[in-house]
Amino acid sequence: MSDIAISAEYLGKMYMLRHRDTAARYQTLRESLVDGVQHWWGNAARAWRGERIGNSRQEEFWALHNINFDIRVGEVVGVIGRNGAGKSTLLKVLSRITEPTRGRVRIRGRVASLLEVGTGFHPELTGRENIFLNGAILGMTRTEIQGKFDEIVAFAEIEKFLDTPVKRYSSGMYVRLAFAVAAHLEAEILMIDEVLAVGDAAFQKKCLGKMGDVAQAGRTILFVSHNMGPVSQLCHKAMLLDGGTIQCFGDVGQTIGHYLSDISLASAIELEHFKGSRRGLREFAEIKSIAIFDTNRQPTTVFGMGETLAIRLGIHCKKHVNGAIFGIMLRNSIGILIHDFRSAFDGFFPAFAPGLNVLEVTVPTLSVYPGQYTIGAWIQQQIGIASDDYVNDALKISIIDKKLLGDANANFEIISKEGAEVYHPCTWRMLSPDSE
Amino acid sequence: MKFSTDAIPTQTLVLEPGRIERNYWADLWRYRGLFFILAWRDLAVRYKQTFIGIAWVILRPLLAMIVLTVIFGRVAGMPSDGGAPYALMVFAAMLPWFLFAGSLSEASNSLIANAALVGKVYFPRLIIPAATLVTAMVEFMISLLILFGLMFYYQYAPNWNLLFLPAFILLALATCLGPSLWLAALNVKYRDFRYVIPFAVQFGLYISPVGFSSAAVPEQWRLLYSLNPMVGVIDGFRWCLLGDVSRLYWPGLMVSCLVAASLLWLGLRQFRRTEKAFADLI
Repeated sequence: MSDIAISAEYLGKMYMLRHRDTAARYQTLRESLVDGVQHWWGNAARAWRGERIGNSRQEEFWALHNINFDIRVGEVVGVIGRNGAGKSTLLKVLSRITEPTRGRVRIRGRVASLLEVGTGFHPELTGRENIFLNGAILGMTRTEIQGKFDEIVAFAEIEKFLDTPVKRYSSGMYVRLAFAVAAHLEAEILMIDEVLAVGDAAFQKKCLGKMGDVAQAGRTILFVSHNMGPVSQLCHKAMLLDGGTIQCFGDVGQTIGHYLSDISLASAIELEHFKGSRRGLREFAEIKSIAIFDTNRQPTTVFGMGETLAIRLGIHCKKHVNGAIFGIMLRNSIGILIHDFRSAFDGFFPAFAPGLNVLEVTVPTLSVYPGQYTIGAWIQQQIGIASDDYVNDALKISIIDKKLLGDANANFEIISKEGAEVYHPCTWRMLSPDSE
Repeated sequence: MKFSTDAIPTQTLVLEPGRIERNYWADLWRYRGLFFILAWRDLAVRYKQTFIGIAWVILRPLLAMIVLTVIFGRVAGMPSDGGAPYALMVFAAMLPWFLFAGSLSEASNSLIANAALVGKVYFPRLIIPAATLVTAMVEFMISLLILFGLMFYYQYAPNWNLLFLPAFILLALATCLGPSLWLAALNVKYRDFRYVIPFAVQFGLYISPVGFSSAAVPEQWRLLYSLNPMVGVIDGFRWCLLGDVSRLYWPGLMVSCLVAASLLWLGLRQFRRTEKAFADLI
């Protein structure tokens, strides 16, 4: 078939795991010699005793196992999965860095793989020189680089520093330059690994925009990411890997839903030994627990955009307190506070009794765009005084587009949010031109 | 510097176990552009942020020549080849020796120094150690010019033997490449070689006839001595550059050539055998 860009048949990659010191990445000669002698001696002894000779210390580990898929020309496929699911190994095999142990892959067209931003950058060389070096490493010809040079420089916004060694660059400039070179690769098939995990939010947005353009241009893209946001925005299809095998390959929304519902995030936390970010003297009150529920009072960590979120707080007080205020914080994946729900704003001033008080907050409409968010809580005696207890990022939740999950009642289409964080339902109507 | 992938944009690439092995030499040719870029990079950064910069290329062999001439020529009072000045004889040997020592230590560490590349991008790995030879070659050429300057100073004219110099340069390169590839491959797996190499290079300076003439070795031992391939290379260089005052010992040269060829073959074999696993080991 001519419209297949990448086709994998029974692809497998096996590594040998050594049981002793598997952490050591390289051996010393002594270890090897000692091992060799011990091994030989052990085998000889076993043979002498009439036992079966086998290698007891090494174990096969299949990082990829029986992978079969076809990717058509022009498809943008997101590869998702937990750490160690085989995503990076798959990309390494497809980009020829390591050979498969089994199976076969057919790739039609020129491949450019981008497993890391700035591979081969040399700190002593100038920005100009590194553009040529990095371009060549990524597989561009000299003429191609020359043709794209101005575009690359403009995209990276480093015109002034073109002849400065990159070791004097700020890390932001460095990353911008590196991405700019990669983004201008002329290849029919692009393989990208977590590239967007670098740079500040503005630059990430720019990269995402560029990748969107590349995808629009009809090129085939394989995009590995932990971040569901870009995957759902950019990709047509997604592949969910788990334990080296494909769990799910198809519609991006369904696959992401599959993945998110699969992550066993805690929906409740006891804060007794909380290791995360927490401050406050805890003089009169201490937040003991936080738990989250959906509309049906079921514990969950996956919410549809616009759904109801209920939070239950356990607050331990040392005395009677009147007029204390408390709140719930919702932060996005890069720690920006999106919502600070405050009891006082809604005129709620409970009388706290000594001992455990259980309070419930209901957010009727979660008006944030799909993504990963965290929940925190705080309590203070009165406005203007530092919080007595303040817990950040205690729980993680995923907000998804329920429509993507196949829920026909949801009101949201596939969203390209362009950096927007908060959505609020509005009333819309068409007016006749002659109305006042 | 164009990759042939441009010409046939929709070629089909097949990945399966053992496939890299089959397209090896074609692939190597396709990636020649990267070879030149890497060689250029090594050259460009070599003397960055040094005070006297490229002058090191001139200074190092000159200083070494002075030390060796004083120790072997004056203190030990060893004889020179025919009527050639001792300093010239030492410098003629210094050329291939620096080429060998430089490329051996650079090439054997090159894969580890470029670990980020090996782990993140595909290309025939042979390119990396091979590209380091270019740096050593450029420094060699500069040293050769210095030698001609010295010969002018000593009013010492070469004869027609000089025409054979390119052949011995090739022999020197082959002698460098074999062990370099072998050590580079071994170094990926066993980092011990990082410590072995500087020591071996230092040691090699004294077991190779750099500071003295190989004619100083007793006749009955010379064939055995030629098992060190650098003996043949150095003798050849002296013969080309100093003329007939330095007699060429043909059986020894043959032995050195054979040893160099087998080292090259062994080195290539070892490198290719382990190359596939570099990305997993490094």
